[in-house]
Order: sequence, then C-alpha cells, then structure tokens
Amino acid sequence: MEKIVKNEARRDFLKVSGSAAGGLALAFYMPTARMAQAADGGSPNAWVKIAADNTVTIMVARSEMGQDVYTSMPMLVAEELEVDINAVQVEFAPPAEVYINSLLGGQLTGGSTAVRDGWEKLRKAGASARMMLVAAAADNWGVDASKCSAANGMVKGPGGKKATYGSVAAKASTMEVPKEVPLKPASQFKVVGKTKQKRLDTAMKVRGTAGFGIDTVVPGMKYAAVAMPPMMGGSLISYDDARAKKMPGVHSVVQYSRGVAVVANDYWTAKKAVATLDPQWDAGPNADLDMTSLWSKMEDASNGAGAVFRESGNADQGLAQADKMITAEYRLPFQSHAPLEPQNTTAHVTADKAVIITPTQFQQLVPHVVAGATGLKPEQVEVQTTFLGGGFGRRVEVDYCIDAAEISQAAGVPVKMVWSREDDMTHDSYRPAGIYKLTAGVDANGKLQALKFKSTSPSISSRLFPSIVKDGVDPFAVEGIDNFPYLADAGMNFSYVMHDTGVQVGYWRGVSHNLNAVALECFIDELAKNAGADPIQYRIDMLDMGSTKHAWSGLSAGVPVGARMKTVLEEVKKKSRFGKKMPAGKGQGVAVMEGYNTVIAIVAEVTVDSTMDVTVDKVTAVVDGGTLIHPDQALAQIQGSINFGQGAGMISEITVKNGTVQQDNFDGYRAVRINETPKVMDVHFVKSDGAPGGLGEPATAVIVPALANAIHAASGKRVRTFPALPENVAAG
Amino acid sequence: MKVSFKVNGKSETVEVSSDTPLLWVLRDTLGYTGTKFGCGKALCGACTVHLNGRAVRSCQTQIGSIAGSDVTTIEGLGGNHKVQRAWEALDVPQCGYCQPGQMMSASALLSTNKNPSDEDIDAFMSGNLCRCGTYPRIRAAIKAAAKMS
Repeated sequence: MEKIVKNEARRDFLKVSGSAAGGLALAFYMPTARMAQAADGGSPNAWVKIAADNTVTIMVARSEMGQDVYTSMPMLVAEELEVDINAVQVEFAPPAEVYINSLLGGQLTGGSTAVRDGWEKLRKAGASARMMLVAAAADNWGVDASKCSAANGMVKGPGGKKATYGSVAAKASTMEVPKEVPLKPASQFKVVGKTKQKRLDTAMKVRGTAGFGIDTVVPGMKYAAVAMPPMMGGSLISYDDARAKKMPGVHSVVQYSRGVAVVANDYWTAKKAVATLDPQWDAGPNADLDMTSLWSKMEDASNGAGAVFRESGNADQGLAQADKMITAEYRLPFQSHAPLEPQNTTAHVTADKAVIITPTQFQQLVPHVVAGATGLKPEQVEVQTTFLGGGFGRRVEVDYCIDAAEISQAAGVPVKMVWSREDDMTHDSYRPAGIYKLTAGVDANGKLQALKFKSTSPSISSRLFPSIVKDGVDPFAVEGIDNFPYLADAGMNFSYVMHDTGVQVGYWRGVSHNLNAVALECFIDELAKNAGADPIQYRIDMLDMGSTKHAWSGLSAGVPVGARMKTVLEEVKKKSRFGKKMPAGKGQGVAVMEGYNTVIAIVAEVTVDSTMDVTVDKVTAVVDGGTLIHPDQALAQIQGSINFGQGAGMISEITVKNGTVQQDNFDGYRAVRINETPKVMDVHFVKSDGAPGGLGEPATAVIVPALANAIHAASGKRVRTFPALPENVAAG
Repeated sequence: MKVSFKVNGKSETVEVSSDTPLLWVLRDTLGYTGTKFGCGKALCGACTVHLNGRAVRSCQTQIGSIAGSDVTTIEGLGGNHKVQRAWEALDVPQCGYCQPGQMMSASALLSTNKNPSDEDIDAFMSGNLCRCGTYPRIRAAIKAAAKMS
C-alpha cells in the first residue's frame, strides 16, 4: 500500500556533529566500555598489548584507507619497543580519548596528520612500554633496571638473564608509568626509514582476505538497499511497498530519516525490491539549481567584499604604481570522492546497545550521532573500524552510519546497508567549486610587486566544525594560499568570499590546496611568461627566504619554506631537464607548493593534439617530506596522489541540474585509468632529517597547475576553467 | 532457480533468482567476499573473476547463464600465483579494494600474453579502476610477473 510520509523535519546530523565535535582543537572526553581494556594485564599502555605467548599487538588509532597507517604507525611503536615489526599483530583502535589526534582534536583520520601526530607520541608509547617491561624483569631478578636492556622482544639482565616480553607483560602493566621517556637518536633507528620494509597488510590484500566494511558479516544479518532523494535537500513524500513486501526474501520495508530502505536476505533481492517502491520526492529548496545559475551567483558573490586573511603593505597602491597589471580568473569544478568501496555500514541496534561496524575516518563521532538518531546514549554505542576501500575525505562524514543505525533499529535486525555506486556518487559531500581572481602588479622587468588574490567558494567547516570559522574565514578554505611563499614587497591582499551554492561540500583529499594553489601556481606561470623568464628561475628569484608564520596555517608548519622550495625547484629542474627543447605540440610545466609541512615541486610533460586533447607523457616530482618513516610507501603516496590529482585536473567534474547531480557512475564521472596515466613517473625525495611532513595529500594539488602550465607550453592555451577537457583547453 | 557451477574447483549449487549477478552469489550466498562491488555496471572492474578461464565482470554475469561453468575468484588464485607474488613483492595495494579485480584481470592477461607491452597492459587493464592511483606499480607488477615462472 502507498505510504504517505509525515512531513517531519529530518533530524539534522550536522547539528549533532557540530555540537558533539565542538570544533577542531577541542578534544572531548568520551568514555567507552572498551576503554577499560587499556589497563588490562599485558597492556603497558593503550598502544601495546603483549600476551603471555609473546604475541605483540599494536593498536592503530587511524583508519587504513591506503595511506599505510597499518604499517607506518606500528613502525614508530616498534622502533622503541624493540620488537620485530614483521611479527606484530595490528588492531584498529576503538574510540577513546587516548587516541585523539592532537593535530585535529578528534579521533579522526585526515589532514595528512597520522604520522605527524604519531611521530613522537607513538615512539614514546613504545619506549614507555619497553621501560615498564624492563622494570618488571629487573624487579623479578632483584637487579637495577639500568643493568638491563631490551632487544627483539626480550629483556636481558646481568649474568645472561633473559625474559621474554610475554613472561613479564602482566607484571609490566602494573609498574609505574615512566615520567621521563628518552627516545633514541635517528642514527640508531632500525625500523624507521627502512627502505625494504613491506606493508603489513599487503598479504591479505593480495589474497582478498582483508576485511573491508562491505565484507562484514554478523550472525542473523540482513542486507539493506536504499532509495534516497535524488535532489539535494529533497525529501520523501510517499512510496508503495506492496510489490516489495511480496517478493521472496524481503524481510521488511522501512522508512528512515533520509529515505526508504528494503531489508532482505541478500543484497540483490533488496536492490530489486527498492526498484519497485516508486518513491515520490519533494524536490526541496534546490529544485531549480543548475550550473548556469550556480556560476552566475558565484560570480556575483565574487564581486563583493571578502574577508581578508593575509595582508601586507598596500596592495592597491602597489597595483596603481606598477608598470603593468596582469589579471586572471580561474574556475574549478565540484569533485566527488568516489572511493571504490561504496558507503556501507553494518549496524545492530537493540534496546540498550548499538554495534556499528563501519569504514569510517571519524570513529569518535559515530557514537554521538548514532546515539542522537537512536535514542541510546553514546556509551551504549560500540564502534568497530574496518579497512576502508578508499576514503579521500568522504568517510569523515558519518551520514551513512546514521542511516544504517536507523534502518537496523526500524527493522529490528542486524543490517548491512550497502549503497549502490549511484547512491554514493549522488549523495556525496563534494569538493567545493570556486572562482579565483588574481591581480598582479609587476615592474618593467616583470617582477612581482603587488598581488591581490580573492577566492569565492563554499565553506566546508561552517557545516562540520563551525567553531573554527572566524571572521568570515574558514581555515580549510585558505590552505595553499595563506602560506604564499613569494615576495610582493609593495603589498599583498588575500581575501575569501564564503559563498554557499546549495551543493553540500566536504573535505576532499588535499582540500583547498586543490583550489588555491592550483590558481596561484597557474597565475605565477602567467607572470613568468610575461617576464620572459624561465618559470623555475622566476619562482626561485621571488621566494621569501625570511621567517614568516601565517596565522591560518593550521596544518602547515608555519615555518619558513623558502629554502626548502629553492631546493626542490633546483632539483626538479635538473631531474626533468626542464627547458630542454620539446617537439611541436609537447611542453613542460612546473608548479611548487608547501602543504602539510611537505614541499613538492613537479614538472609535467604533455602532448596536446590538434583537437586540444591532452596526453600526459611524464611527471617528475621532487619532494621534501622531512624524515620518511616508511620510504617505499612515501613514494606510493606521491605516485597515487599524482594520479588522483591528474583526474581532478584533467577529466573529472561533478555538475548539477534541477538540484540533482548529473554524474552517477564512472561513465559520467571519469576517473583516471591506467592508459591515461604517465608512462614515466619519476619521484625523488630530498634527504632530510626534519620532522615528518604529511604525504597523503599535497601532491594531488601540485600536479594540476604543473599540467596546466605544460598544456600552455605545448599549445599556447591557458587553462582557466578546469578540468582541462578539450573544450576548456580550446577556450584558453 | 537452482544453479550448479564450480567455484575455485569446488562444486556449488545455489538457489537464487536467475537474474542474480554472479557477484552477489559469490559474496552473499557463498561468502567469497574477496570479489568486490564497485559500480554494478562493468565500469570499474572491481568484481572481475574468471569464467571458464576468461576475465568477466561478475556484476554483469547473471547466475542463470553460467550453469556448469568454472568460476575462479581471487581466493582461487591460491596465494602463490605469480601475479600475487609480484603484487606482494612490489607492495602494489594501497587501500586494496580494487586489487582482487586488478589481479584477476592481470592473471587473465598473462594467460594469453606471456610478455605484454605497455600498450597491451593499457588495453587489457583500462577497465579496472584504482582510485588510490597504484597504476605505476600495477604496470610494473604485471611486467615482473611475466618474468616469473
């Protein structure tokens, strides 16, 4: 029969998350039942468990979504714990205060912070545990701990005494936690920086046994497929469950906040039954939203005043006094995260408990939002994090965890909810689109004197972490430009116009580096061209080598990067033979950026044919990522980021019509395929003993302007509208 | 309907509707979760398995059409297949979600082409998406596997 949906206001999980998270840098205490385990026998601290049989388990409190936390974080613990890294067990940590990411203020995987946050913390955890194991053995032997040492899972004492970690683990967990925890110098590292270290999760990923969220099976579990409003901000009016309920294998049809779900014995039955529901939708406030009106409104907004986030000298005066003014406007499109594992969650909600098994980047938030949706208390919600089949920022959102919990509660059974690709792509929180206007004043030699930069773009943090948005500036909207690395002595004025388009936006790998740094580095190339200068030397000559700390650089080091930029630019020039003679239709382009305390220069080589179709031939990258924990996987992150960024820069784009996302699968939303990637990808790391930089994200941004600048060198066309599809290249 | 076929050499009989994609029979009915769901439209390759030795997208293969066939999944490659050894030697996977499909495609490629060129790899592997961008290592691993016995 047809069900008419009562027009209740959809519970606003954003509000829940806003109040629960309270904003970055505001750690909150969340007791959970499982926290108590941290003090169990055999656990010197929350990071290490040692069983009597000598099995060493290291807890990983970040989500493994490809970026290697499953190996690189245990490597840090093992370095000081003195155990064989290849023999340890790894477990994903439950939500608990001790696991909060101090760079983000929550138990959250993002911002290329996992290793940076863990660099000291995890080595100290390993060292502290080792000291307690040594103290326990020394106490057993009645000798001073200073006469004992530890190596390879064993405590050694005077007179050839030996004790395995397992034999003293229970006692160790009762020893006093050391206050002073000295760490070994880099020269003594045995694990950190080991070039031949393999990933600890490769074997299971190669055999198909790694447990992703979608692979979860729990006793009595049913499968759910869903129908959600196709229009952004739409809502369910009615549906007809008569046919679905008659289908063999269907357990129930349940309405939930966002839509309607069929719960069945298997996913295919659920999906077929959903197709019979004939849901009617209220299109909501965005019914008329399309790209023409969206860009037009954004352009209007970009003509208004913005919030100034970086200023020096007098930019207007500098422009007025310059020999020449150069202006450019760049447009960047919405992007979908499109992790290959569609959103899914297994939920079992009962009267007094919820178990949520989910591929999430933000496990700490899940108990709060599930509690809000189910009426349970946060401490009644247990969260288990699985492997993530890609994340890219999509799984910082917890919408799908709420959906699964509501469906399980309504159906009264454990439910694995699986989104179709179409559900996933049309219900994302998209990388913001934006308009970037730059005006430079240059002297007679083309040298930069004054610069105005104005971005107009939606704010992500206004929805997710409103407390960090201050005076009209979202710190995650000014990355990649707040740390502007060049000199403009007469004046700089950088401003941000916060502009909501109706499209929900989210943190997407590289976040606003992928917007601001793209526009900036394309523009710098235009200035170099105007000056008739080599674009690498032009950049080197205008680098700010001084000591400037920028207020908004929350996830960057905020320390001078001029010298590091000079190094990577000089290196990439050599490695790529930049400036070599190129045949007609081929060109090289360069870009440089600091992000997440990593400095990267990239030279791209492309071929542009007569139809303005672009082939990427070669990419050379030079990276200063500080100390590398797991060098081979540092390399993997740069390789992968280059491919990911290439897609966004060249072929991928989300558009909206009638409030509905127009791309719903990998035919409409193109992602880079193996035949489109450069045949030669040459990545070099600068030798460094500096603090580790983040490596999962920055290269995604740098590759885009490098490609655009190469396209100009090859074709004379400036890409001002992205992605660099033939029509957008031709228009340049 | 009842359908009998072999998965990794083992005889299986399932009773499901004939239009059920092999993907969901493998995953939900038989528990071979190594085969992944990515797009449902043969656009991403995550669900690739071998059907009588040839690579197919199991999301587009109806169970009713494969009675009596031999199906090989990632679990059936055995763990010591040269493609798996090469993937492991080069630490190809990042998130790992697409990799069963990548390896099933790569092993099918190598079964008919002992020494694939870059162009052969492009042509055969372009149906398998990797959002993490492990392509340079996939290419290198296929070449490494080609040299293994």
